[in-house]
Amino acid sequence: MKKLMITAVAISALGAGVAMADGVVAPGDVKFEDGAVAMSLTGVPGDPSKASELMDRKFGNCIACHQISALDLPFPGEIGPPLDGAGSRWTEAQLRGIVSNAKMTFEDSMMPAFYKTEGYIRPGVAFTSKAPEGPLDPLLTAQQVEDVVAFLMTLKE
Amino acid sequence: MTRLLRATTLVSAALVSVGLALPVLADEEADLVVNGDLKMVTHAPAPAHLDGALSEVISGWVFRSDETQALQMDDFDNPGMVFVDKAMEVWNTVDGSEGKSCASCHNDPAESMKGVRAVYPKWNETANEVRTIAAQVNDCRENRMGAKPWKYEGDDMAEMEALIALQSRGMTVNVAIDGPVQSTWEQGKEIYYTRYGQLELSCANCHENNYGNMIRADHLSQGQINGFPAYRLKNTKLNTVHDRFKGCIRDTRAVPFKPGGPEFTALELYVASRGNGLSVEGPSVRN
Ligand code: HEC
Ligand code: HEC
Repeated sequence: MKKLMITAVAISALGAGVAMADGVVAPGDVKFEDGAVAMSLTGVPGDPSKASELMDRKFGNCIACHQISALDLPFPGEIGPPLDGAGSRWTEAQLRGIVSNAKMTFEDSMMPAFYKTEGYIRPGVAFTSKAPEGPLDPLLTAQQVEDVVAFLMTLKE
Repeated sequence: MTRLLRATTLVSAALVSVGLALPVLADEEADLVVNGDLKMVTHAPAPAHLDGALSEVISGWVFRSDETQALQMDDFDNPGMVFVDKAMEVWNTVDGSEGKSCASCHNDPAESMKGVRAVYPKWNETANEVRTIAAQVNDCRENRMGAKPWKYEGDDMAEMEALIALQSRGMTVNVAIDGPVQSTWEQGKEIYYTRYGQLELSCANCHENNYGNMIRADHLSQGQINGFPAYRLKNTKLNTVHDRFKGCIRDTRAVPFKPGGPEFTALELYVASRGNGLSVEGPSVRN
């Protein structure tokens, strides 16, 4: 039943012409169902070996708020829960939803939305204090979200 | 001179330890007593206007490492004190077209500036506006001395603010929030709770909901400003309140407001009032 529903969502998303030409779902077109995102943002399987870099300061900076024992990153923060075991607590679709926009799962969450580009107040270009001239890039690219999700799925209890 | 030398050596020692050390958790029970006799209130019941958002208000000193805490406990070790000496010279130096110095109107700061830091920002009746200390200093420079205003968050200003804060050290912060300042205070409150930037974070996210927690290697405090200006080991100078606000908003991937502008003035009034009940500590020492 669940599978059927997910397929239906994926098909209707495609039907609406949501996927971009290169098969990447644009940030504004991501379909959330109870916080979860069933369809891959790229159709390309994520590479969990990228996580160590992606979860560090230069990219997602997940480590600023979360402890991740599987990665050798110093000084993890304690704002959010440790991510150990996340792959047992959540489905892949739920994790994709949480990483893309955690506020769709946790109301008013402090966790930033990593695959979103609009709706900000006084957004700047990274840490330059300058207003963007064109559209903002999401904090992580679609494929980087898939890589992080693939890694989170390996964190079993 | 001896003071300068001693402070510099200590700072480089402290910097080395900051560079190498793990994020050291502070001794949150420690008492802040300066020069062995000036006891500071570092924990106070939260003011009523916080409506239960915090149970108590806590000085940022409490969250610093033992080494950083110690630097603020003795004026010979406090690297910020060198700049107070520097500002005292400026206080007595004539500048501008009117042939006046600060001392021409205000004499000895130990008397004329006592209590000032504890109640600012505050309403200025003549100008019909809320004034920060920096805004007042620049008003004196321009309109009484005929001198050029200082850069709002520049070194001259930070150093003069340190001299002024020192005259109230140990006194209780007691900023008014009602009457003519009320609408500005409300504006500051709104800014405090707005989630800025691409990271969508408000002051409250970090400093109200997560003080005491680590955000990566940083130990979050309540973001109080009773210790300002603050000497930071990171940039080895005194830092103003608006400079800190600017940095915190930048870190949310946002475009900060202008130092000295109406938004940061309102925010300063609001944040200052969140520290009502704590002691004036400036110049403080932070990492
Ligand atoms: C600024 C803080 C912050 C950052 C940065 C952050 N998170 Fe979170 N995260 C949270 C908080 C807080 C929660 C808890 C949910 C809530 O109550 O909002 C959470 C929850 C989660 C959860 C569910 C936790 C569980 O196991 O039940 C996952 C998974 C997660 N985050 C992954 C990530 C990933 C991956 C990144 C980086 C790409 C990241 N987070 C970055 C704050 C953050
Ligand atoms: C992403 C987290 C974050 C946000 C959002 C944030 N700050 Fe900070 N702030 C910090 C960190 C980290 C420090 C350094 C450690 C400390 O003192 O808390 C700091 C320090 C401060 C300090 C210095 C405190 C002291 O005792 O030296 C002040 C004041 C301050 N913040 C005010 C604010 C205000 C006002 C806002 C909103 C405009 C804000 N902060 C938003 C993370 C944040």
